[in-house]
Amino acid sequence: MPRNPEIKKVLVLGSGPIIIGQAAEFDYAGTQACRSLKEEGIEVVLLNSNPATIMTDKDIADRVYIEPLTVEVVEQLIEKEKPDSVLPTLGGQAGLNLAMALEESGFLREKNVRLIGTTAQTIKKAEDRQEFKNTMEKIHEPIAASQVVESVEDGIAFTNTIGYPVVLRPAYTLGGSGGGIAHDEEELVEILQNGLRLSRVGQVLVERCIAGWKEIEYEVMRDSHGNCITVCNMENIDPVGVHTGDSIVVAPSQTLGDKEYQMLRTSALNIISELNITGGCNVQYALNPDSFEYCVIEVNPRVSRSSALASKATGYPIAKVAAKIALGYTLDEIKNAITGKTYASFEPMLDYCVVKMPRLPFDKFISAKRTLTTQMKATGEVMSICNNFEGALMKAIRSLEQHVDSLMSYDFSGRTREELLEELKKVDDIRLWRIAEAIRRGISQEQIHELTRIDLWFIDKIAILVEMEERLRREELAPELLREAKRLEFPDQVIARLTGKTEEEIKAMRRENGITASFKMVDTCAAEFAAATPYYYSVHGGENEAAATDRKKVLVLGSGPIRIGQGIEFDFCSVHCTWAFEKEGYETIIVNNNPETVSTDFDIADKLYFEPLTPEDVENIVEIEKPDGAVVQFGGQTAIKLTEALIKMGVKILGTSAENVDAAEDRELFDEILEKCQIPRPKGHTVFTAEEAKKAANDLGYPVLVRPSYVLGGQGMQIAISDQDVDEFIGIINRIAQEHPILVDKYLQGKEIEVDAVCDGEDILIPGIMEHIERAGIHSGDSISVYPAQTISQEAKKTIEEYTRRLAMALHVVGMINIQFIVCGGEVYVIEVNPRSSRTVPYISKVTGIPIVPLATKVILGHKIREMGYTPGLQPEAAHIAVKMPVFSFEKIRGADVNLGPEMKSTGECLGIAATFNEALYKAFLGAGINLPRHKNMIITVKDEDKQEVIDIARRFQKLGYRIYATRSTARVLNENGVEAIRTNKIEQPSPNLMDLILGHKIDLVIDTPSQGVDKARDGFIIRRNAIETGVNVLTSLDTAAALVTSLENTDVKKLTLIDIATIE
Amino acid sequence: MKAFLILEDGHVFTGTSIGSKREVISEIVFNTSMTGYLEVLTDPSYAGQAVCMTYPLIGNYGICYDDCESLRPWPDGYIVRELSRKPSNFRSKDTIQNFLKRFDIPGIAGIDTRALTKILREKGTMNGMITTDEQYSLEKIIPRLKEYTTGKVVERVTCSEKTVRKGTGPRVALMDFGAKENIARSLIKRGCQVTVYPAWTSAQEILDDQPDGIMLSNGPGDPKECASIIKEVRKLYESQVPIFAICLGHQLMALAVGADTHKMKYGHRGGNHPVKDLQTGRVYISSQNHGYVVDTDRLDPAVAVPAFVNVNDGTNEGLSYTGKNIFTVQFHPEACPGPQDSAYLFDRFMDMMGGAR
Repeated sequence: MPRNPEIKKVLVLGSGPIIIGQAAEFDYAGTQACRSLKEEGIEVVLLNSNPATIMTDKDIADRVYIEPLTVEVVEQLIEKEKPDSVLPTLGGQAGLNLAMALEESGFLREKNVRLIGTTAQTIKKAEDRQEFKNTMEKIHEPIAASQVVESVEDGIAFTNTIGYPVVLRPAYTLGGSGGGIAHDEEELVEILQNGLRLSRVGQVLVERCIAGWKEIEYEVMRDSHGNCITVCNMENIDPVGVHTGDSIVVAPSQTLGDKEYQMLRTSALNIISELNITGGCNVQYALNPDSFEYCVIEVNPRVSRSSALASKATGYPIAKVAAKIALGYTLDEIKNAITGKTYASFEPMLDYCVVKMPRLPFDKFISAKRTLTTQMKATGEVMSICNNFEGALMKAIRSLEQHVDSLMSYDFSGRTREELLEELKKVDDIRLWRIAEAIRRGISQEQIHELTRIDLWFIDKIAILVEMEERLRREELAPELLREAKRLEFPDQVIARLTGKTEEEIKAMRRENGITASFKMVDTCAAEFAAATPYYYSVHGGENEAAATDRKKVLVLGSGPIRIGQGIEFDFCSVHCTWAFEKEGYETIIVNNNPETVSTDFDIADKLYFEPLTPEDVENIVEIEKPDGAVVQFGGQTAIKLTEALIKMGVKILGTSAENVDAAEDRELFDEILEKCQIPRPKGHTVFTAEEAKKAANDLGYPVLVRPSYVLGGQGMQIAISDQDVDEFIGIINRIAQEHPILVDKYLQGKEIEVDAVCDGEDILIPGIMEHIERAGIHSGDSISVYPAQTISQEAKKTIEEYTRRLAMALHVVGMINIQFIVCGGEVYVIEVNPRSSRTVPYISKVTGIPIVPLATKVILGHKIREMGYTPGLQPEAAHIAVKMPVFSFEKIRGADVNLGPEMKSTGECLGIAATFNEALYKAFLGAGINLPRHKNMIITVKDEDKQEVIDIARRFQKLGYRIYATRSTARVLNENGVEAIRTNKIEQPSPNLMDLILGHKIDLVIDTPSQGVDKARDGFIIRRNAIETGVNVLTSLDTAAALVTSLENTDVKKLTLIDIATIE
Repeated sequence: MKAFLILEDGHVFTGTSIGSKREVISEIVFNTSMTGYLEVLTDPSYAGQAVCMTYPLIGNYGICYDDCESLRPWPDGYIVRELSRKPSNFRSKDTIQNFLKRFDIPGIAGIDTRALTKILREKGTMNGMITTDEQYSLEKIIPRLKEYTTGKVVERVTCSEKTVRKGTGPRVALMDFGAKENIARSLIKRGCQVTVYPAWTSAQEILDDQPDGIMLSNGPGDPKECASIIKEVRKLYESQVPIFAICLGHQLMALAVGADTHKMKYGHRGGNHPVKDLQTGRVYISSQNHGYVVDTDRLDPAVAVPAFVNVNDGTNEGLSYTGKNIFTVQFHPEACPGPQDSAYLFDRFMDMMGGAR
């Protein structure tokens, strides 16, 4: 069936800000889909509130709206742009929910707009619990039996029909408290009685226990003609019980025989057919490891994180094909872009093994529980490819960039065998390493399997790696042993450590014996057909398929897994840099390991190497490609960290030189430069020990900022107000051995300003100055950022421009530079300089219409700012105002403190753009999901220093009709100043207290400014956590609170003006 | 122990010996299925060939005898990247290492199977030797490799006597040219009584038993080697009994009515081949294992018309016989290994026989 000619203009819905569970994969999917639509001559209108995405580029869509993803906005946009169709299946759950709301309200029918890629009925059948159950029952697909009960008798009766054990989940309790697994009637009665009492609504869900079963996923495609294929299946190494996003996943499945594989494949095809899906779909199964019994856990009738993974794992472009299907094409009409010969109606065959590992944020949230559950916690992931499982696992481990390079990276020496056995029951992020240690201690594979329920096949593979560690430790390193260790992907560094040799010796020995990496192609078809797309992975042993061309070529180093502090922004930069090099006639080579990103799509660069970003892995590529240069300034800290190694390999670093990057990071060198440029900075010292730190702090006077150097996202940065704080913070920092000194700086509480600039060695170009709403002390990534700066003087702006110029010149920047300033008492101070691309680059590019990354890339290649038609210096301010709002995922991370500070905690961002500041601010809050008035009740509890300042904010909220609850001293101050506040007991005082209010679901907002220190036992921590977990908004900065009340005072949602970013020049 | 795979074109791969240490010459083919290694090993259509599995990790779920497609493994040799040292599956009864040894199947592991596959893809299927003799001489071996043909392999794989497998529904005569077990299972599951006949059985003998339908099975080798069988198939064609044929059976029927077959460059072996039902336009993913294909160019539409076509390369995947109650497919609706999407063809055969009773 050829494409539907009636589809001419399509509105594509994006997924909004990056949050845990909804990340970069939707930018990848959306970008691919938009390009696929444009290829067909479709006019594409894009809506996404996330400015860091590639999909919101004017190169990707014809019309781009970075507006809140709300029903009102979509309706207004449809009125304005008049698309004939809406494609909602690429925007994650956010996109589907919007489509559902529009369909149900009859708006789409009324405007004669069709939903493509899915139907409302399909969404409902897959998403609505009851409808889903009915549908599955209709086609005889089993789901885990469950029932909501309100009495112990009903619970026993139902359990008798499904058998023990059962999982009990009380409804509406915090974090599933009161639930558990009952193995017999006695346990059932005990847990159920307790659960019914704890549940606010007296209900407990009784569910068949499938924990410990194998978790298997299938990615399925179907077209409007009913043709179906499966792209890939995947097996979670962690059995059912851990969210697939937090599981280590292998593709294809390893422990399923053909009978099991085909049974589930047939089931997945039945499901996609019954749901009448046209496009992609993900089906998750629990498979009993001891029988053919299975249940369907979940169906996602859309492109998902798993489908991004499946696309990268197989080379099959799911989103692209889904977009074509939405236009009416059938699978046998769509060409397979990888082979160029076959069609989309085939199933990829892998001749390698893929391992995905989650990137978990526990290094950011040190107080958080590390337990992995059915609630996803990972912020990102890495993928690796090898022709054996052990190698793929080893490559994935070192791709994580979490100080792990092998299965020996955590120390269990303090544990007794008994303790280790007990801990094996724990399901957390270090379980893999614990299993390896258990094997080292001689605990049997069967016993490990009993305790973890991880399949023996995987445990044996871990054992093979442990045995290799042992052999390397004990045996003479013969060439054959080295060859085998490399086949298992042991890094040279690890082999060196185990054999007591140096890394150089290992490398030399490899060279002598011809043990080198060779590259294989991902071709979708296990070499059955010749592939046209150079998408490579490395193995040790075998024929090398990658070959250098004689073109000029550049190596672009990607930014690895998405983590707090290094997000999708850097992928935006890498991709744009790649495209710019391509336009300049270079062959582009991307190295990256993140399956969620656009940069790892096989048609972005001329060549894609899906590899860990370590010096050794990169060197393997360099040896084959011999690039003319490498760019590191767009790939975040990941790429910057490789600079030294690249220079050693003889690769030319394009743009700012390594010495100058160092100069910005090295405190002493940097101080010299500032002095030379006559630029003030807050006074500070470098120290190594707590004693030195305290001395420095007392010399500077508290408060001081304490932080390690060479980190991103302000990791480990804290504001200390006492010697005690300093001791505590230094202790935390030194948990990981520090190669670099610790910085102690005077803390200045002023306006924080941020600038991104391009420098060509002679001139600079500043697209705009951004101002933070929150005063200094809150990480720039967590602050609300406003462009153009609203409250600083013209002189300050001039000074900022001048300082930027001086710094760029002094550091000999060629390309990008990012500088953070503090404006305090009329004085401008520099607090940080990064001679590289930053988090704000996509945002400032879009709101100013100045393509900074391509400009910087051209500058790196020797072009001049003037010759490209720009007047150097600070560019004229745009006619509109843009507000970038951080978005957090606190509710996902149990135990994490939501209190904002110098360490970054946000996972994503959204944008509000409008003609006035107030409207932009309103849109930004709306986009971030802070949608207040429901009960018009709020809680205010602030530290003493903030009590005066909060009065006005409280008064304004009161004027808007809010009832204010406050703790004793806050209430007293408010009442004394004429603001009515209801005094409420603190949480340790008798009911009714603050906790009752929060848990009673009567509160919209909590303003809680925490006292100093990281003592999480304080009331504030408990209040904030409980508020977050019950879905209440929490603000910990008065600046944010003031901004919020301003926005609430000023705008009416119906009157939003929508701005097409693509028209900004 | 070291093992060597020596190809007709002079390529030599060095790996580790698995299974039997016996030296063997055979045709080298590759299969791209990611699961179902036991089904592949026990598929009689591989007689006379050594199979290279493109998926690198083989043996992961061990050996489960219920999954055997015949009583023994048939390939002359087995080529893998890596055999799992620890199988894990609730049904696993043995390791693939033991299985290969028990049935004296020689093999080689630890070679770059992707590189081998690329050679076969570029140069076409060729002959090769698996040997553990480190003193091998290419000058002596290569002429022997060039001489080798699979020959009349159907005789080796067919059953020795007629057997009846009870059922209450239509009575199906299954011509065993090397039938995979799941063909009979698929019919029995639908209630059929299946009588399995050795490949040399005459058409008359079959027709005398008055079957409600005839099933021509898959099997190994060049269909043109089966000259006498083709004559009998022609007689079956002329009878009024409904006929359904798979793979070799499909080729034999085509040859019986005057069509031609030819050897493909490297064949179709795997579980991901898209075939299009020309009547409905629907595409199904099929399980395939064939090195020969029916030429449709010279096919007289008055005799038969294409019913299925391969979406990838446009080769014929099935025929519908004009004015006859006969249809044949090149792929494997019985799956095992591979997708079950085309199992509905057995239902179609049931309808041809007047439905289940």
